Parts: sequence; structure tokens; C-alpha cells
Amino acid sequence: MEGDNTLIRLEDISFAYPGDGLVLDKLDFSLVRGERIGLIGPNGSGKTTLFYIIMGLLKPTSGRIEIFGNTVCGEKAFGSVREKIGLLFQDSDDQLFSPTVIEDVAFGPLNLGNSPEETLLVVRDTLNKLGIAGLEGRVTYKLSVGEKRLAALATVLAMKPEILILDEPDSGLDSQTTDRIIDVLNNLNLSCIITSHNMDFLLKITNKTYGMEKGRIYLEEEVTPHTHMHIHKGGKYPHEHKDDLDA
Amino acid sequence: MIEEKLATKNTIIHNLDPRVKVIIIVSFSVIVAILDSFIPIILGLFIALILVACARLPIKKVVSRMVIANLLIILLWFFLPFTVPGDITFSIGPLHATSQGILYAGLITLRSNAIILALITLLGTTPIISIGQALNHLYVPNKLVYLLFLTYRYTHVIYMEYNKLKNAMKIRCFKPGSNIHTYKSYAYLVGMLLVNSYDRAQRIRSAMLCRGFKGKFYHLNKFYLKRHDIASIIMALIILTTLVVYNGR
Repeated sequence: MEGDNTLIRLEDISFAYPGDGLVLDKLDFSLVRGERIGLIGPNGSGKTTLFYIIMGLLKPTSGRIEIFGNTVCGEKAFGSVREKIGLLFQDSDDQLFSPTVIEDVAFGPLNLGNSPEETLLVVRDTLNKLGIAGLEGRVTYKLSVGEKRLAALATVLAMKPEILILDEPDSGLDSQTTDRIIDVLNNLNLSCIITSHNMDFLLKITNKTYGMEKGRIYLEEEVTPHTHMHIHKGGKYPHEHKDDLDA
Repeated sequence: MIEEKLATKNTIIHNLDPRVKVIIIVSFSVIVAILDSFIPIILGLFIALILVACARLPIKKVVSRMVIANLLIILLWFFLPFTVPGDITFSIGPLHATSQGILYAGLITLRSNAIILALITLLGTTPIISIGQALNHLYVPNKLVYLLFLTYRYTHVIYMEYNKLKNAMKIRCFKPGSNIHTYKSYAYLVGMLLVNSYDRAQRIRSAMLCRGFKGKFYHLNKFYLKRHDIASIIMALIILTTLVVYNGR
């Protein structure tokens, strides 16, 4: 037992969509305070389903969910879970539903019972931190993919969550926006779970990597030496590369 | 798709408190709808036109909206003159038009135009979110407000899905024609549209739940009645009472 420091503990979780095979198969998982877990796995391996179960959007067919040391079950209990865990959806279009960015970012804090004045401060602060203060009054569905992702991240961060769950935050983004997201995440002192198909991205922000396959999670700790092949003109002649010199 | 094009100006009408706008438009509509003589109704129409002028709405957009609304009213002109009993003015074959029928159709046309114009000016100049907010403050049941708001959002979602599917068809050289392939493809389109929109609606709902949504909408800006809001309410009250009194004579 890690005691009080275990934020999320899943035991024996199984889940199947009606009429389909098991998506999660007796899965065990835990997130300890301070951990930044990267989750990598093929499409359809159950990553999004796992997140929906943690947030109480889907009910597992069996198993136990413990969050902040309490077993959670039922809509009401998950209501308070959602106040402390922020989930960034894979498709930012699902997350942004208000007419303007400012209203969308304000939606969460207002739901938490903040006054409009307090909310406005939090919203502006969050937008500033993400460097998107200029998007404040923009119409959400007219933003570019990168802007949408940053705005969606703002909607989650504005709720000041204790845990952050990000579902492929780098998908479809150019390297500049990805770097910006890496920057933002590394400056936050939050425990988080992040999925991605890009190992380089995960290694830059997480301190632990798990693999996920066929509804189960396993620790991806093995260090595998590997070489990279590359081609260029004149490669048949002996030569040195800048990186080799640094190493 | 729903761009709230008229809602972004800065005029006396745009700056009215949304609650005041809702109250004025509801009482205006009800009163104009029950007026039954020409002069007060024409006055009502005149007032609506003054509102349009005050809001400095682009004439072109207002006219195009009015044309659409009046297309429906034209239908009335096909039936009413011939179905209301009274003195026969002219006949087309076996159909006899009565003067009472024509007057009645005329009344309805004026009435509807007055109401629609006032609606465009008062509600068209208010962002939907403020209308929802105003209704909330006026003790309209939460569920109705919620319904209005989500209908508005999801209309847009469905429209976006439609565009996506339509483009997917277009890039594979789909050309609609009068054949079974076209009908079948359109049927697929509608089917996919429903399924996709439903899925998306579910995801949006999930995202809202994740952000602490508990069935109630809160709003950033609070309402404060300003001097010109109170003045507008009083003026509306006087004008509407005058219309009713005039109608009764």
C-alpha cells in the first residue's frame, strides 16, 4: 500500500461494450501522487475506455475504483471526482461547445460554484498561461486545430484539477504546437496520465511509461538498445555526424 | 451556420437588458396577435419598423428574412379569402372570395409581419446565450432553457457533420441524379448523420459532465437594469396600452 499518496487505484476492472468482446480485461492500475504516466498502445486497446471509466462516464462490468482513497461508485460520487480530475478529450471539438472561448473556459469554474468575478480572473489567468489570451472572444468552432487543442486544455486547467488525464493531446498537431503543449505540461506540477502514439512526446513529459494491449496494462521499463538506420548521399564513405561527436 | 450576424452591433436596442427584450417582445407579440382592427395593427407594424431603424439592422438581411416568412403567409391568401363566409367580391370558377376573407388575410399578414420584424430586432440582436440567461432569470423552467440552448448548439453540430459527409461524397465524384444510386446514397447520408450526431452529442455531454455540469447553466455576466432599460419598459407599456385601448374603441 502506498498509503495516502495513491490518487487512483483500479482493481480488476473489466469492461465490454454491449455486443462486443472485452475492451478491458481484469485491469489493474494505479497512479501515485507526483507520477506522470505515459500510456502507449495501439488503436482500440482501451485507453479512452479506461479514461471514461476513471471519470465515471462508463460503468465497468466488474472491478473496484478507488480515487483519493475512497471507493467511488454511482453518479454522485463521480460528481466530486470530476471536480478534481481534468480530462482532455481526444477530439477538441467534443470539448468546446460554448459560442466563445471565454464562455467555454468559464463553464467549468462556474459549475464549481465560483462567482462570475472570480471565474473571469481564473479564465484570463489560464488563457495567459497558455499564451492564448488573444483567443478570448473568438468563436470556438472557427479556431484552428492547434488553437482548439490549447483552448480545450484551458477549459480543463481552469478548473484547477489535481490530476490531469490527457487523451492523445498531440494528435494532429504540428511540432510547434506540440512543443508548446510539452512546455505547458512540464511547467505544471500535476500528477497526470497521458496517452499518445508518439514515444518521443511521452518521454519528454512523463516519468513512467506503460504499454497497453488487449485490455491490459504492463510496465514498459525495459531499456532496449537499438540503432537507427539512416540514408543520405555519400553514405558509403566513412563519415561522422554531429550527434556522434556530442555523445 | 448559426452566426448571430445581427447580434454584434452597439446600438440602443443591442444594449438593452436581454430580460427587458424578452418581456417586451412577449407582450408585444401577444397584444398584436389579439388586436383585430387595422389602425392599431398598422401602428404596431410602424413601431416594429422604428425598432429596426433604431437597431440599425442591415436592410438586405432583414428583407431576406421577411421574404422567407412571407412565403408561408402567401399560403393563407390561397385559402382564407375563399373560406371565410361573407359578401362575395369576386369568383374564380366555383370559388367565391369574400371581402371579409380578404380583410382577414390582410390582418393576419400585417400582424405576422409586425411580430416577426419585432422578433428579428429584439431577439435577433441578442446572442442566444443571453436569451437563455434572460429566460433563466425570468423563471422559465430550467429544462426548457436547456432545451433551447442545446437545440441551438446541436443544430450546428448536425450541420457540420452533414458538411463533412457531403464532402466525403463529393471527393469521390458523387453527382446527384434521379436514380436509385442517388437515393440510396442520400439515405446512407441521413442515416450516418443521425448516428454520427448522436455519438457526438454523447461525447459533448460527457465532456460537459467532466467539467462539473449538473444540469444548470451559470453565466459570466450578471444583469443590471440600467436607466434606459427601465425607460424602455415604461415606454413599451404606454405604447402597448394605447394600442389595446385604441383597438377597443
